[in-house]
Amino acid sequence: MLTLTDLTKTYRSGDKALAEVSLTVPKGQVVGLIGPSGAGKSTLIRCINRLVEPTSGKIILSGTELSGLGTRALRRERRRIGMIFQEYALVERLTVMENVLSGRLGYVSFWQSFTRRFPPADIERAYRLLDRVGLMEHADKRADALSGGQRQRVGIARALSQEPELLLVDEPTASLDPKTSRQIMRLLIEICDERGLPAIVNIHDVPLAQQFMQRIIGLRAGRVVFDGTPEQLTESVLTTIYGAEDWTAMRKDGEADRVAEAEAVARLAMISA
Amino acid sequence: MNSYPTTWRRPPQIVTDRRWRIALSVAVIAYLVIGLGSVELNWQRIVQGGERGLRFINGFLQPDFTSRWKDISNGLIESLTMTLTSTVVGVAISVPIGIGAARNIAPAWVYYICRSIIAVSRALQEVIVAIFLVAMFGFGPFAGFLTLSFATIGFIAKLLAEDIEDIDEAQAEAIRATGASWLQLVHYGVQPQVMPRLIGLSLYRLDINFRESAVIGIVGAGGIGATLNTAIDRYEYDSAGAILLVIIAIVMVAEYSSSYLRKFLQ
Repeated sequence: MLTLTDLTKTYRSGDKALAEVSLTVPKGQVVGLIGPSGAGKSTLIRCINRLVEPTSGKIILSGTELSGLGTRALRRERRRIGMIFQEYALVERLTVMENVLSGRLGYVSFWQSFTRRFPPADIERAYRLLDRVGLMEHADKRADALSGGQRQRVGIARALSQEPELLLVDEPTASLDPKTSRQIMRLLIEICDERGLPAIVNIHDVPLAQQFMQRIIGLRAGRVVFDGTPEQLTESVLTTIYGAEDWTAMRKDGEADRVAEAEAVARLAMISA
Repeated sequence: MNSYPTTWRRPPQIVTDRRWRIALSVAVIAYLVIGLGSVELNWQRIVQGGERGLRFINGFLQPDFTSRWKDISNGLIESLTMTLTSTVVGVAISVPIGIGAARNIAPAWVYYICRSIIAVSRALQEVIVAIFLVAMFGFGPFAGFLTLSFATIGFIAKLLAEDIEDIDEAQAEAIRATGASWLQLVHYGVQPQVMPRLIGLSLYRLDINFRESAVIGIVGAGGIGATLNTAIDRYEYDSAGAILLVIIAIVMVAEYSSSYLRKFLQ
């Protein structure tokens, strides 16, 4: 369980990115974080594992307070938090296997990681995860040889190899096409279900968030302005989050994507039949 | 109906005031004219120099590899040894300094120390360092080895640091997020991104060091430069020509093979 209390981040330039954000994510819950660009979504998830140092407030992950930990203790706690990134953020020139194993860096000594002698259990787990995300035969390829969707699967496997207690997901589908986006979201949700893993997912695609998330938090100018179920996300709520816009048109777009996806699936079925 | 202008000129980008522009141009031209006037042209000496140059060219046209071959081959071996050892040692020292001089991964105090080491190494030209080290350790290739190692540090460390500062931060951030230590971050998040460039730079430095070894030999730091200097002092222009041809051949081979290797590594 993750609890944030009055989390505030003020950048050195004086910009207040987060203002007294308080929220609780229970075990197994997948939370979508929506809001316009610059609302502080990215800052919020980076404050949780302190890639960005919060100015004040408390972060408590299953009983341990993460704010105020020293470097060494922070590294130990980061192992419990898996992170998935917008542009995959794989180390492009390393192999897929090395990328997945890099999720274990916090657990092994420098020497072990330098000589690539990871413990057998880690290697077995890495293969199991690659199999789970459907990339078993790509293990020895270089990460930059894969397609966008495949790279994001490697990103997911890397985060899971940490055996995390929480997933932070930063715009997982921002650079993917609509169909791949849905596949990736579905995979993420399935994996969180299998493991009872809580997750915070930054997402700017509102229809996608409504389709997949159990709970949605709306952020505007660093403040939580909505916290509820996807059904409660009405037009007037979207207007408070994003400002005035024609939301019906946007939903129709989302509808069109779904229709296109269904058609593509039908066509594939015809070809393979 | 609106009428729009039919002529357009690019606005001045650097000095916007027209009067200043004219004043600056006049000043530069005046300085150039006065400067050229102060160069003393002595036609008699130019003619004499031409004669000596002709003897030189004659030497090149009939290079004599045989009569001094033993000196030439000793000088060459000395130079090549000096080049290889100084490049390896120089690169080995440059890597930690380069990492320390990258603002994005080193703490400020380390950054300033490493940057000043680089600045010192770059400020002192090879020949000056060689003169100093020859005075300290005596004639011979040891002084040359030290000179080239020292010069390599400034070159590789600076370019490596700049490359590290240009890495894709997202990849490094992802490694940091796994709970990796600083060393692991450098090894997994940074090294794969800068390795091709580091290898390319080292190969490039290898052929620079060979060329420099010929130059610093002239001030006493051993190697083929020393042999060349001796040949010129003895007016043996045919042997000097042979030495220069050997240097040119080796530099061309090194240049060609290192550019091929670099392409292969990309």
